[in-house]
Amino acid sequence: MKYVDEYRDGELARRIAARIAAEARPDRRYHFMEFCGGHTHAIARYGIGELLPPQLRMIHGPGCPVCVLPIGRIDQAIGLALQQRAIVCTYGDTMRVPASESLSLTRAKAAGGDIRMVYSAADALKVAREHPDREVVFFAIGFETTTPPTAVVIRQAQAEGLRNFSVLACHVLTPSAITHILESAEVRQYGTVPIDGFIGPAHVSIIIGSGPYEHFAEEYRKPVVIAGFEPLDVMQAVLMLVRQVNEGRAEVENEFARAVTREGNLAAQRLVAEVFELRERFEWRGLGEVPYSALKIRPAYAEFDAERRFGLVYQGVPDHKQCECGAILRGVKRPTDCKLFGTVCTPENPMGSCMVSSEGACAAHYSYGRFKDAAVVAG
Amino acid sequence: MCLALPARIVERLDGDQAIVDLGGVRKPVSLALVGDAQVGDYVIVHVGFAIGLLDPDEAQRTLELFDAMAAQAAAAPAAAP
Repeated sequence: MKYVDEYRDGELARRIAARIAAEARPDRRYHFMEFCGGHTHAIARYGIGELLPPQLRMIHGPGCPVCVLPIGRIDQAIGLALQQRAIVCTYGDTMRVPASESLSLTRAKAAGGDIRMVYSAADALKVAREHPDREVVFFAIGFETTTPPTAVVIRQAQAEGLRNFSVLACHVLTPSAITHILESAEVRQYGTVPIDGFIGPAHVSIIIGSGPYEHFAEEYRKPVVIAGFEPLDVMQAVLMLVRQVNEGRAEVENEFARAVTREGNLAAQRLVAEVFELRERFEWRGLGEVPYSALKIRPAYAEFDAERRFGLVYQGVPDHKQCECGAILRGVKRPTDCKLFGTVCTPENPMGSCMVSSEGACAAHYSYGRFKDAAVVAG
Repeated sequence: MCLALPARIVERLDGDQAIVDLGGVRKPVSLALVGDAQVGDYVIVHVGFAIGLLDPDEAQRTLELFDAMAAQAAAAPAAAP
């Protein structure tokens, strides 16, 4: 596929790896966090960690919207389907996330809830048009990449006067989560997070642009390189970060210039600002409550807000006591440091947020990395 | 979740709709977020919406950067890992 295959050349990757090894100083530490789950997945799938020198470590961040979606929000969606008898439309990613009382959206569907997997927010709108006698709720999750499509359908629902359509909005924001990792109170509990630079999200940045990271790089003195999701993009970004660290720079650089500009997609930003406003706080699974880290629907579109329409009250639900996701999402621990990893907690039966989606740090390691940890026994 | 793929616009339909060629598969997408996209442009498609345009010149520059890097590595090979 054009604009994909040419960024997956293994020989080139090895040569960039050689360059990284040559330039990374042996006496220095290079801890880089890839914020985004798309990068976490690419790093695990293509074995990029194996190509990096020992003093360079990739820390997997919390940028997987399925992983950070708290149980309480899934409980709300299940409640809408089972108690309110609404049709709940959702992206496939949320279906298997474990909720309270051993339920998930998949299990709630099996129990008779009318829960439908949609590929696009536009499909949810279509369901609402086809069932004018039923309440149809779109369970909307995702980062800045996924928010503009939700804004488009809310506006369209208003334009069409669709009275039976509403949205349970769980859209979250990247910059506030990065800031939270660096300065939240929990840092004391988990220890300091040694992060020397960030790989910035690919598709989130298409929407928000590279501008929002500038203040952040300056204030926290951390280099940021925005990178595409293909393996060569990631390798190149790592090399650019190594160079920034070596030269004592903390700037925003853009490796993904083929799709990301400084301003981002202004039309999309305008739409989002028209339909959504900041939430004062929002619970992130594994990170706890993060101030101003999510969006809610503006009063002008209140009739399409499922929380208002159904009078929903948010109820937090704690994770399994031994789950280490909080520390893993902050880079303090690795998946294999968790007692539950690969035993009680697997992708088929996830306990914590990092195991939920293939983009989570634990699920990615479980699928692609755990075999290299196993001792080779001569048979 | 933020998965998105580059696709070429092959046909504009009514309203904001268009057909894209996604590695040989024709798919309907919404161009509501990329108003000025034309037939022949590459867009990044996410959950049925084109969220941005691909800049072919920048794409070429990034590939050239990889080549330059590789040439540099070949000229000054790193110590064996």
